[in-house]
Amino acid sequence: MQKTDIIESEYLRDDIPDFRPGDTVKVHVRVVEGNRERIQVFQGVVISRKGGGARETFTVRKISFGVGVERTFPLHSPIISRIELVTQGRVRRAKLYYLRDRVGKAAKVKEKRRT
Amino acid sequence: MKGIIGKKIAMTQIFTPEGKVIPVTVVEAGPCTVTQIKTVEKEGYNAVQLGFGPVREKKLNRPQRGHFESKELQPLRHLAEIRVEDPASYQIGQEISVDSFTKGDRVDITGRSRGKGFAGVVKRHNFAGGPASHGAHFHRAPGAIGACATPSRVFKGARMPGRMGAEKVTTLNLEVADVKPERNLLLLKGSVPGPDGGLLVIRESIKSVKKRKKKAHVLT
Repeated sequence: MQKTDIIESEYLRDDIPDFRPGDTVKVHVRVVEGNRERIQVFQGVVISRKGGGARETFTVRKISFGVGVERTFPLHSPIISRIELVTQGRVRRAKLYYLRDRVGKAAKVKEKRRT
Repeated sequence: MKGIIGKKIAMTQIFTPEGKVIPVTVVEAGPCTVTQIKTVEKEGYNAVQLGFGPVREKKLNRPQRGHFESKELQPLRHLAEIRVEDPASYQIGQEISVDSFTKGDRVDITGRSRGKGFAGVVKRHNFAGGPASHGAHFHRAPGAIGACATPSRVFKGARMPGRMGAEKVTTLNLEVADVKPERNLLLLKGSVPGPDGGLLVIRESIKSVKKRKKKAHVLT
């Protein structure tokens, strides 16, 4: 148990699905425009999860109009309204930074086969 | 002026409801006991002395023990003085806890910085140093420290290598991000001097005191 756990435990969310690098997720992000709030969906492959406790973050990568876009979210941030697990991927590393150097079919993560 | 003694626990971060991340230092502060009250009449200035952290009597020397015994107080490990305007509003033995601070207050934090040992001028005085490559023979040395025949000596106070850190440092005007009275914790926005476990003196910030006084002056 870490010394700051008491503080961080207050900020931890318990509505986060179990997902890992390689999985495809839909992140529903709260966007505030002036005094209006709406939900924006960011869908892509999780390429890393790092940190622990309330400081944990994850990075989602997608290809938008032919350009690679990555967004890093704090896992427990209140700006995330919901995380939806779309598919589970089969990968052999914890950080999928190699996807950045690949294009087309090579940049695809194979889907996990159900047993 | 409010004050309390505490111990740095660690740093972490918290979220605001809007999703902003606030870096905070967790400080375990108090409960402190008022161990002495100093007045203009007796000591020449107004202050209260606070004690923090229980200690075995065996650990103290005789004068320290006497200081507590004469007031019938439990022996305490750390003592610190806080200047106050109204010493009469405090009593010896009075307990001071984190309740005296509220979220949004501004505080000054005094602690002892991490010791860096014998440090060179690049680290100690932010000298630029020389180029690392291209055949340079001048890397992290201080360079010239004075002129030749005039004045044929080095001026006092020339910045040179030496012991760095482990000195008293005060960080001004930090915001209290949250108070947890049930665990005697203060969450301060930003960093504070010293390693985890280091002793800190937390006082109402000098800037906010000045502001309050100015406001009171305008009103009268």
